[in-house]
Amino acid sequence: MLSQALQFFFSGITNGAIYALSALGFSLIYNASGVINFAQGEFFMLGGMIAVAFSALGLPLPLAVLLAIAATALAGWLLEKVAIEPAGDAEVVPLIIITIGASIFLQGLVQVIWGKGQKALKPFSGDTPILVNGASILPQSLWTIGLGIVIVLLLWWFFNSTRLGKAMLATSHNRLAAQLVGIHTRHVLAVSFALSAALGGAAGAVSAPITFTSYDIGIMVGLKGFVAATLGGLGSGVGAVVGGFILGLLEAATAGYVSSQYKDATPFVLIILILIFMPRGIFGGKATERV
Amino acid sequence: MSGWQRYGGMLVVAIIVVLLPLALPNNYYYDIAVRIALNAVVAVGLNLLIGYAGQISLGHAGFAGLGAYASALLTARYGWSSPLAMLAAMLGVGVLSFIVARPILRLRGHYLAMATLGLGIIIYMVLVNESSLTGGNDGMGVSGFSLFGLTLANERQWYWFASIAMLAAILIAQNIVDSPVGRALRAVHGSEAAASTAGIDTARFKARIFVVSAMFASAAGSLSAHYVGFISPQYAGFFHSIELVTMVVVGGMASTYGAVLGAAILTILPQLLSRFEGFETMVFGAILMLTIIFLPRGLLPTLAAVLRRSRP
Amino acid sequence: MTLLRVEALSRSFGGVLAVSELEYAVEEGRIHSIIGPNGAGKTTLFNLLTGLYRPNTGRILFMERDVTGCPPHELARLGISRTFQNLQICFNMSAIENVMVGAHLRLDQRMTPTMLRTPALVRADAACRDEAAQLMAFAGVERYVGSAADSMPYGALKRLEIARALASKPKLLLLDEPAAGLNAVETRQIDELIQKVAASGVTVVLVEHDMKLVMNISDHILVLNYGRKLAEGSAQEVRANPDVIAAYLGESVPAAA
Repeated sequence: MLSQALQFFFSGITNGAIYALSALGFSLIYNASGVINFAQGEFFMLGGMIAVAFSALGLPLPLAVLLAIAATALAGWLLEKVAIEPAGDAEVVPLIIITIGASIFLQGLVQVIWGKGQKALKPFSGDTPILVNGASILPQSLWTIGLGIVIVLLLWWFFNSTRLGKAMLATSHNRLAAQLVGIHTRHVLAVSFALSAALGGAAGAVSAPITFTSYDIGIMVGLKGFVAATLGGLGSGVGAVVGGFILGLLEAATAGYVSSQYKDATPFVLIILILIFMPRGIFGGKATERV
Repeated sequence: MSGWQRYGGMLVVAIIVVLLPLALPNNYYYDIAVRIALNAVVAVGLNLLIGYAGQISLGHAGFAGLGAYASALLTARYGWSSPLAMLAAMLGVGVLSFIVARPILRLRGHYLAMATLGLGIIIYMVLVNESSLTGGNDGMGVSGFSLFGLTLANERQWYWFASIAMLAAILIAQNIVDSPVGRALRAVHGSEAAASTAGIDTARFKARIFVVSAMFASAAGSLSAHYVGFISPQYAGFFHSIELVTMVVVGGMASTYGAVLGAAILTILPQLLSRFEGFETMVFGAILMLTIIFLPRGLLPTLAAVLRRSRP
Repeated sequence: MTLLRVEALSRSFGGVLAVSELEYAVEEGRIHSIIGPNGAGKTTLFNLLTGLYRPNTGRILFMERDVTGCPPHELARLGISRTFQNLQICFNMSAIENVMVGAHLRLDQRMTPTMLRTPALVRADAACRDEAAQLMAFAGVERYVGSAADSMPYGALKRLEIARALASKPKLLLLDEPAAGLNAVETRQIDELIQKVAASGVTVVLVEHDMKLVMNISDHILVLNYGRKLAEGSAQEVRANPDVIAAYLGESVPAAA
């Protein structure tokens, strides 16, 4: 009984770490631009696929992963420049469609380059499961969770202690005011996308050895990341992380104790419940519209 | 709206419908025409929600799928006649969409998008998982459509039937647009504060048009199921929902004929792209992005604006 | 008859008391003004009166009936109409359609007759359109009857909004800064329009900064400061009130035109 619960717990926090990183990416971009980036999941996919590609070229694993993250960050930056900036002050619905279009485009691109098949990445430190009280956890899962924690700490330092980080925070609170004090807000937006992409890419690269990666895994991860971000409160970094882990654990619990068939429905039932009863999420603030 | 503006567009579409068979060489082209007409029914209804009322739904394929499966099940398992099954499905979808409409439509923008997305995916998952009823991922076969004892037997017969359905959808949509209800919807889009202080119960109106557009989708779903003779859960899936929204956004928001144009483009596009072997997804995504970036109001309104400006 | 009465009305936003313990009465058939510095709570009061905000405490009575917490469309049905400080025009519609929206409550809103386009509906709509054109003429914007709303200049839009507000045949019309952004000539035209509206039997309450306009047309003035009532009375009384002068009017006091 305990070992079963522990097993669900392990799978829950592993997925939770992935969702947390994805959710952070959503919150970052939402804060910087008010845009929900439906292509966020594709950054996760790119991280994994590019890492596999570099690894297949013979590069040592750590280098392949780092380059994959960098390449994904570049993809994020390009997305902002090519698709978001030209749209200017577009309304919500067109913006949503643009990012969905970008998502489809990226999937298509990867499909063309690397085909539709599933790819595997070598685990960082072997694949012998570690046994704890009858439950097993893969070393790669520990890498994923560990990476998640490291990234969150890095981000916290970045936003609180560096100039660029504070500039990004300022832009998210009030773009006009930020511009007036000399912050180059267009630049900040592009950096937000790049950073967001790096987050997704890192999550993708690190979890690729656990779940195979393919051109279409981004969709679900992206959607679940959004659910996690909304659960925690869109725009809140802490909320994104908390939301991610809650979602991961809830999913595992549903798979284990309710029905494994409907496990994937958990995030969507959850999002509807959240949006109806608690749309601001756990850490989101209350907003009033001035008329 | 003057008489010409109101019925002129329909006349043009009707003329095209009547003359088109002269240009269609074989059944393959009739097939595409039928699909365009049926997609147009959904698009026209969805346009009322997205283009006129300014809301969004990323899960509308779910309603089309429910209509399709309801028709399939009622005719196959319970021996209902196909028109009756279609109407019953529309009613059922109407009730369901009404139940979810009030709580969901309190949301706006991205939140509404995600809620409708979630709804669509849940419908999809139920259709996949309840395989004893629906055949799951393998789908299920559907009988032909019979009206007054006559079964629609081939693409040509379906062409006329589907075109009539499309024209009916256009007529109803135009009637809604040019009416107090239509103005109320556009006011909700233009300024909710102004609409509500003018006496419009914005929540109720949003819900009503959501239900109407869901019923349009259900009808199209039922007809598609009978036409193709087969239905699978993919029809209710996320990608199909995106295709439907794309038809509205690309063809023209707040333009019934724009939605028809969008349906035509989005139906023909995959056929054209098939020559790009493997590149279809990429090209589709690129076209989607570029169209919205450079033509945010969609093709038809942009064309209309260009024509208006070039007139002295 | 007291058309509108407000008792102990309060509303705060995150700790800031925008309107505090307000007592106010509006008599039928008069022109009332509400003045006060920016942030005094004038627009908040309007939003409370039209149901866009719910009060934290207090009551609102319209024609002796408790309407506290009624949603905006309910209040519209009871006969309250308004314009907005930051122009809430539907730019996705034509000018005349904007005015027709104002008459919404008097038209058939049922879906089935709408989808079938019954002759009765068509007739009612045509009548509504004629009425809207007349209202636009009343408001002085008849030259825009065939135009799109987004092609009209600012001053005309302010008057279009008044036409829309009048389309519901209200008993009480709330005008939120109708002269904002208008030059002297346009302000005088608004002045005349407001007097025409009042003469037609509609009770008017307006929020304004333009002191000349206020002093000229108001039968009764309420002065707000920091969400509280500072003073009220006729134009002469308010002008002479030392608290008002100290808080708001400053040294020079404009004479009535």
